[in-house]
Amino acid sequence: MEVDGASTSNGGASTSNGRANGGRSRRTAFDLFKQQQLPACKPVLTPVWVITAFMLIGSIFIPLGLVTLHASRSVVEIVYRYDAECVPKAFRGNKVSYIKNGSIPKNCYRSLKVHKHMKAPIYIYYQLDNYYQNHRRYIKSRSDQQLLHGHAHYDTSSCQPEEYNNGLPIVPCGLIAWSLFNDTFTFIRGRAELKVNRKNIAWESDRDHKFGKKVYPINFQNGTLIGGAKLDPDIPLHDQEDLIVWMRTSALPSFRKLYGRIEEDLEADDVVFVTLMNNYNTYSFGGKKKLVLSTTGWLGGKNDFLGAACIFVGSSSIILSIVFMLLHVKYRRNYRGTSYLSWNW
Amino acid sequence: MAICNTVVPIKSKSGAISYKAQSQDEDALVNAAARLHMVYANKNGNILEIRFHGLIIQYEILETLEFTSDRKRMSVVVKDCQNGKILLLSKGADEAILPCASAGQQTRTFVDAVEQYAQLGLRTLCLAWRELKENEYREWSFMFKEASSTLVDREWRIAEVCQRLEHNLEVLGVTAIEDRLQDGVPETIETLRKAGINFWMLTGDKQNTAIQIALSCNFISPEPKGQLLLIDGKTEDEVCRSLERVLLTMRSTFSQPKDVAFVVDGWALEIALRHHWEAFTELATLSRTAICCRVTPSQKAQLVELLKSCDYRTLAIGDGGNDVRMIQQADIGVGISGREGLQAARAADYSIGKFRFLKRLILVHGRYSYNRTAFLSQYSFYKSLLICFIQIFFSFISGVSGTSLFNSVSLMAYNVFYTSIPVLVSVLDKDLNEETVMQHPQILFYCQAGRLLNPSTFAGWFGRSLFHAIVVFVISINAYAYEKSEMEELSMVALSGCIWLQAFVVALETNSFTKLQHLAIWGNLIAFYIINWMFSALPSSGMYTIMFRLCRQPSYWITVFLIVAAGMGPILALKYFRYTYRPSKINILQQAERRGGPILSLGSIEPLQARTIEEDVSPLSITQPKNRNPVYEPLLSDSPNSTRRSFGSGTPFDFFQSQRLSSYSRNCKDN
Repeated sequence: MEVDGASTSNGGASTSNGRANGGRSRRTAFDLFKQQQLPACKPVLTPVWVITAFMLIGSIFIPLGLVTLHASRSVVEIVYRYDAECVPKAFRGNKVSYIKNGSIPKNCYRSLKVHKHMKAPIYIYYQLDNYYQNHRRYIKSRSDQQLLHGHAHYDTSSCQPEEYNNGLPIVPCGLIAWSLFNDTFTFIRGRAELKVNRKNIAWESDRDHKFGKKVYPINFQNGTLIGGAKLDPDIPLHDQEDLIVWMRTSALPSFRKLYGRIEEDLEADDVVFVTLMNNYNTYSFGGKKKLVLSTTGWLGGKNDFLGAACIFVGSSSIILSIVFMLLHVKYRRNYRGTSYLSWNW
Repeated sequence: MAICNTVVPIKSKSGAISYKAQSQDEDALVNAAARLHMVYANKNGNILEIRFHGLIIQYEILETLEFTSDRKRMSVVVKDCQNGKILLLSKGADEAILPCASAGQQTRTFVDAVEQYAQLGLRTLCLAWRELKENEYREWSFMFKEASSTLVDREWRIAEVCQRLEHNLEVLGVTAIEDRLQDGVPETIETLRKAGINFWMLTGDKQNTAIQIALSCNFISPEPKGQLLLIDGKTEDEVCRSLERVLLTMRSTFSQPKDVAFVVDGWALEIALRHHWEAFTELATLSRTAICCRVTPSQKAQLVELLKSCDYRTLAIGDGGNDVRMIQQADIGVGISGREGLQAARAADYSIGKFRFLKRLILVHGRYSYNRTAFLSQYSFYKSLLICFIQIFFSFISGVSGTSLFNSVSLMAYNVFYTSIPVLVSVLDKDLNEETVMQHPQILFYCQAGRLLNPSTFAGWFGRSLFHAIVVFVISINAYAYEKSEMEELSMVALSGCIWLQAFVVALETNSFTKLQHLAIWGNLIAFYIINWMFSALPSSGMYTIMFRLCRQPSYWITVFLIVAAGMGPILALKYFRYTYRPSKINILQQAERRGGPILSLGSIEPLQARTIEEDVSPLSITQPKNRNPVYEPLLSDSPNSTRRSFGSGTPFDFFQSQRLSSYSRNCKDN
């Protein structure tokens, strides 16, 4: 490295250490970025701001919670658990053998009382409890390719053990399809049967893009173990809405799936007679079956949780802000003027 | 002066001669000789040309006996082309040359001169010469060549051979060189001392020179404020006794505010390091300032090692080739580039241009770096833990079968796209202004005590991630129950909740918001939606239409905002409470800074865990145990008196109350 003459250290040291702020007009934004001198805003947690923030949260969430709660309360819901009651008394001791025995008729007649006016459309759900559709082996036991394109040339090994039966491939393969729910419900009010609309219960996107129009059930539910419903081999999967609804696996062990819609209003004090076919075996694992009739609001079905939680959060915010206000008034700290720092650690 | 060196003259176009020298000393000497009309004009191969008043004298260099730190001198054997005489010219430290002088010489005057110069803080060298006979030279040359080409123990053999020649010298005179201190050195030392960093000075100069230089830059204070303890001795016992005495004094004055420093010579240091390691180590831990003179590069490295073994964080700063070992040994090595070439700068972790930049390096950049690293590392754990906890909770309701709540695309994109961008810009975060930090260097204690990254802060982040996971999980599970409980939708709700929470967490932890921060935090949120919308538009993906469906549902937005409010509310409340009613020092400074009021510092610093910085002053290296900055360059101005005056008679160590501030501001005004 060159040394220029007998130079000693540079006498003219610059005034400040580092680069001085401002005063240089030629600095681009990139220069400022490199020198970490971008203009910054440094918010401080002053009591005013924080108390205001909590007040704001409270004032937003409490009305929101009230609105949500009201929406949820205005949904009318009838839930009826039928899996225990619909077993004839003779078989109450051994429900599993009852359900597995194909020769015993599984009809069940019940009546439901409507306690409040229900506006159409009224959604019919079947609710299953303690049913783990979110089990890992269960969830992966399907072949989306096969559902869309049919049984040719696709790898269906994830569908084991419901992949082949007697050497023939099963369409649709997998445990999810195999365990299709097969209880049916018919409704009679007064004299007339209530029409249940069983079309358009699945997601449109599923119907159009996930299940093929030309794929027909093959070799389905032919094995020794019957898991659920049988499928009509003449109807393509695209139109098998029950299957489509069932294949949309749920994340929770308690879930409801759409069965159909009633397009008429139900008045208060109406009595609806339900004819159930109690086919589905939930008795081997202690599951529960429930029939649900429900209206919907803008929030969906009946769910008080959101409303209650919003109110809870809002009110605790308000309480916090009041607490902080009291603290602030009591222990007023002087922020102006000099502050003293003591460095004794 | 003109010949005995390793300088190469370079002729520029206009005829002026500039010199390329390995060290500033040689450069100075050659230039001084040139001023005295003995101009070193040219070097062709082995022939030197000296121009004396226009007359050209030629010398042939026969051998160069290089400078080693053991011999502490260098020599050249030259042949005068005019009359064929062979001369040995030597130049070196006074204690290396004067003992080799021929008997009968009046070395008294030279010793006095050297002492006088050292009192003034100048760097001294002695010059000597001898005439060699032809056959003596030839014999010796043969031995020298043999020694130079051995493969075993070369240095030792060469040293031995050189020893044979360098005796019976006739001392010519003594030179003194002034090595000016760089600007800003005293303030830097002062400020870093306040930050709790201890300074040691390691130098190759004489003891008196070093002490004078130290006094002139307020490294140590003169009596009666400061006390300088000497460790000297030639034999093991002497050193031991001296060491014991100093240790006793140190122990008794440790708690007092008196500024006690010790000085140790190269010889004594060698003995102490070899035989009295424990005692010296104890001394090292007790003292905040030390001066070590006549240290060799290997001793510098040894000292750094000693301090490292005492659990100190050491920083070594130097600017010459002899500092390289020390720089490499220390935890942090800083090289000053420029004065003596780039050797030190190349070997160092950090390379700065001037000594005073060290203040900024440590206080500003080092501190920011600590804050940012602490935040970044803990945040990374937090975001991963959040996802993990949610998965764990989900496994409890999925039969413990290992189902992942989130689909694989989301998980992959989570760490890369959704959560990394906001923290990338946290490297621009500044919790305190640079000016505030410079005014209150004591804030560095916070870093040294590890207040921002320790088990309890980590536990805080861990608890935060657990709390947030519970909030997200409970709210999503309950809000999206029964007919809404479809797997993909629920997973997307939970993921949205996580991402929103993290945006707010980063926003809460950021201290200064530049445009980039806003862009990164909020832009990241928007990017999350855009990416998911893109995936929701692909019919073949598992997420087909999920995001579109969700964004149309009011319950989705209510759920997300509820998650944010429930998750951030307690965090905000806790942070506010701590900030206002139990503020840490950083918080106090932040508040004061934003209000613009003046802040006064009270109290003395009692570091529990000081850090030392080792400073190196040119050929000196200063090692600082725990926060000692070892870089220091001696500053000698024209007259010693003026130097002392300008630095206010050295009262920077007058602590307590406002006095410190006023003395500090006085220092600032003077400079």
